[in-house]
Amino acid sequence: MNQVKNFTKGFLKENPVFILLLGMCPTLGTTTSAINGLGMGLATAFVLTMSNIVISMVKNFIPNKVRIPSFIVIIASFVTVVDLSMAAYLPALHEQLGLFIPLIVVNCIVLGRAESFASKNGVFSSLVDGLGMGLGFAFALTILGSVREILGSGKVFGFDMHIFPKGVDGILVFVLAPGAFLALGYLISIVNKINKKSI
Amino acid sequence: MENIINIFVKSIFINNMVFAYFLGMCSYLAVSKTVKTSAGLGLAVVFVLGITVPVNYLMQEYLLNPGALTWISPSLAGVDLSFLSFIMFIAVIASMVQLVEMVVEKFAPALYASLGIFLPLIAVNCAILGGSLFMQQRDYSNIGEATSFAFGSGIGWFLAIIGIAAIREKLKYSNVPAPLRGLGITFIVTGLMGIAFMSFMGIKL
Repeated sequence: MNQVKNFTKGFLKENPVFILLLGMCPTLGTTTSAINGLGMGLATAFVLTMSNIVISMVKNFIPNKVRIPSFIVIIASFVTVVDLSMAAYLPALHEQLGLFIPLIVVNCIVLGRAESFASKNGVFSSLVDGLGMGLGFAFALTILGSVREILGSGKVFGFDMHIFPKGVDGILVFVLAPGAFLALGYLISIVNKINKKSI
Repeated sequence: MENIINIFVKSIFINNMVFAYFLGMCSYLAVSKTVKTSAGLGLAVVFVLGITVPVNYLMQEYLLNPGALTWISPSLAGVDLSFLSFIMFIAVIASMVQLVEMVVEKFAPALYASLGIFLPLIAVNCAILGGSLFMQQRDYSNIGEATSFAFGSGIGWFLAIIGIAAIREKLKYSNVPAPLRGLGITFIVTGLMGIAFMSFMGIKL
């Protein structure tokens, strides 16, 4: 398979968030700001790449019947690695993301790619697929995080954009939980409009 | 006793799994097309949460916490297995789901017929793992509190999916702008329901 195509499909054509709609919990839960979205995206990308590599290496030794539990255990080990390293080196971000780091274990994208790609392809293609999908996920989370941060507090990555008049702090609801649903709903409709197709 | 009721009401309305923590979104979006199937999935979630959270609570108390192994022998007081908790929790959930599926199939075929197809889906529903992780994070002091939290959040999730399914059934007859059709409008409606649920936040318990 063409490795370049394999890598870039995660960004637009098969973007996990906007097109495949996988992994919605962290997408909605962690994108209160652009930096949180990016951090969560990169953590998921790491787990996705590593678990894809390991699963494609051991796929021939795992009996078909117990493959899902085995995949979950492999994924859970990498998530523990990410969780502990983040707690050690980026404690502030770790505090912000909280529960959503352990929840990467049950993120549908990770298990989905393991099941539909890594268990059928070689090590190198799986690595490329994991990286592409993971970065596509990080890309979508950063966009959603930026939109919510701009509307919610007029900033992006902490820089003030000066879009609100003086004395107005922003539209608070976009930082709170319901704003995530509204922002993602409209973003998906924009992507649909661009792709000129309805689901 | 009062405390247990507090936790129960709080986890249904104020700390709702879907509207406040976005847990279980994948199945929430995928299965909420009709009220009947969502009721099935919702029941299965209540059921599995109500079983796995207390079991994981016992795991946490007697295996994973620092010094939890002293009941085997006092010399193990220094052992801290808490780094194993994610792997342990997900393994317990996966095996409990399997066990529940077999027991229900054997003893309650009618229930199995309505819940059956949903049970395997539930092992990877983040609401279930999320329930166990919240239990760990919030440090409930006894198994009663943990159980009431589990049932409360399960019922909260049940309410949310029934609500959205009912709205989506009605939405089929309305004229939604083309790009918003399908999941776009579902997200927006969920957002509005979330705003409604935010009004419960003022309740002090």
